[in-house]
Amino acid sequence: MTAKIEVLRPGVFTTVQDLGRPGLAAIGVGRSGAADRGSLRLANRLVGNPEGHAALECVLGGLALRFPAPATVAVTGAPCSITVGTRAFGPGSPIPVCPGEELVLGMASHGLRCYVAVRGGVDVPAVLGARATDTLGKLGPPALSAGMTLPVGQRVLPHPGVDLAPRAPLPDVPVLRVTPGPRASWFVPDALSTLVSAAYVATADVDRVGVRLDGPVLSRARGGELPPEAAVPGALQVPPSGQPILFLADHPVTGGYPVIAVVEEADLDLAAQVRPGQRVLFRLS
Amino acid sequence: MRVLPYGARAAMVDFDDPSEVLGLHASLEQDPPDGVLELVPAARTLLIRFDPGRTHHDRLAEDVLHRSTVDTQPREAAEIVVPVHYDGPDLADVAAASGMSAEAVVRRHEDGTYVSAFCGFAPGFAYLTGLDPALHLPRRTSPRTRVPAGSVAIAGEYTAVYPNASPGGWQLIGRTTLPVWDVEREPPNLLAPGTRIRFTS
Repeated sequence: MTAKIEVLRPGVFTTVQDLGRPGLAAIGVGRSGAADRGSLRLANRLVGNPEGHAALECVLGGLALRFPAPATVAVTGAPCSITVGTRAFGPGSPIPVCPGEELVLGMASHGLRCYVAVRGGVDVPAVLGARATDTLGKLGPPALSAGMTLPVGQRVLPHPGVDLAPRAPLPDVPVLRVTPGPRASWFVPDALSTLVSAAYVATADVDRVGVRLDGPVLSRARGGELPPEAAVPGALQVPPSGQPILFLADHPVTGGYPVIAVVEEADLDLAAQVRPGQRVLFRLS
Repeated sequence: MRVLPYGARAAMVDFDDPSEVLGLHASLEQDPPDGVLELVPAARTLLIRFDPGRTHHDRLAEDVLHRSTVDTQPREAAEIVVPVHYDGPDLADVAAASGMSAEAVVRRHEDGTYVSAFCGFAPGFAYLTGLDPALHLPRRTSPRTRVPAGSVAIAGEYTAVYPNASPGGWQLIGRTTLPVWDVEREPPNLLAPGTRIRFTS
């Protein structure tokens, strides 16, 4: 019999995510997958899963799950309170769950996205080779809703024998390293230096597609429309408003605005934890 | 042809002539340089994603700049025929804006032989080149919140078939029942870049 997870409360917005669908951009399918890939990988390792197993990505917390069968779970990413039954747990640890017990996440105190891995993985059907929900491309399972059940897969690896994976706290003001983008020359000469010297603030418009930023205007040196061209995660695309948009996991496969700079892949997990209202700094790497 | 940096893991090749995109794409697919992970064609560009542990921007640029961009792929075998009911809600507007009858719009659209240039906007949404210049019109001033799957549409220099229901601002001239996108099919898309397409009523 396949074990199940019952969704009691979905929290603010929770989706199933794995490492996504790389290599399909030429047919209009983006990579998608966990926005903070390092946290997904860690959560999976803590419960003895391969790193790419599907887990839950929960924005800000508030998720409540019930496990009818015994389970081992781990929570990583944005720090939040974790209770199983009446017991409290910290992040970054394998947590045993007895049959019938409930796992409840409080609201995250810092950061934006929590990851909940379960031993065996969330075993929803794969679409184009992945279980990830692509919110822009409309692929993969729907976002979690109360009353939904999620199948749990077979465990394939031994327990890792680790009690705790300590992680550095998320910085109050993340510093994201960038390199100049393909259309940096479309901007006035000091636009790039403005980007990497001023502070930008994440607006309320933060989702899996990207982070819309508010700060000094990045002015174009040339007008005209840019025909659609491929984008990558981390691209800082600048629409006519001059306010950059930082692309995350579900970014459009092709974008129509010039990309002034690109956030390094190594800093994308940090970028995925930026909250609305938070200050962000960019630095040339 | 210019090779532009795009972060530490990608390069973007920028062309003056859009017909060169498919040529370089074909050349790189047939004989991929070491370390190349993915090629993503677009309107005037080709994105090359690479493994920075195996190659770097300058080495790729050197390779790319020595290649032919003439498209030599045979296309006859890959022609897809798309049956269309030309009864789209924007057909009359397209006819008025282009100064011809609705019947003439349909004839001009059917007479074209199209080539899929690139995908984007939505999974399986292919931008098809070869549209009669008389039908080059801007997108609708106000996009629709929902365009039905299978809608046959035009915008600018392109024509397309909406693979799924989605919002959209293109001019809708007809519809097809041919499923151009099906995630259960391998490959899921019918209109891959490089494919030749004809529309017929």
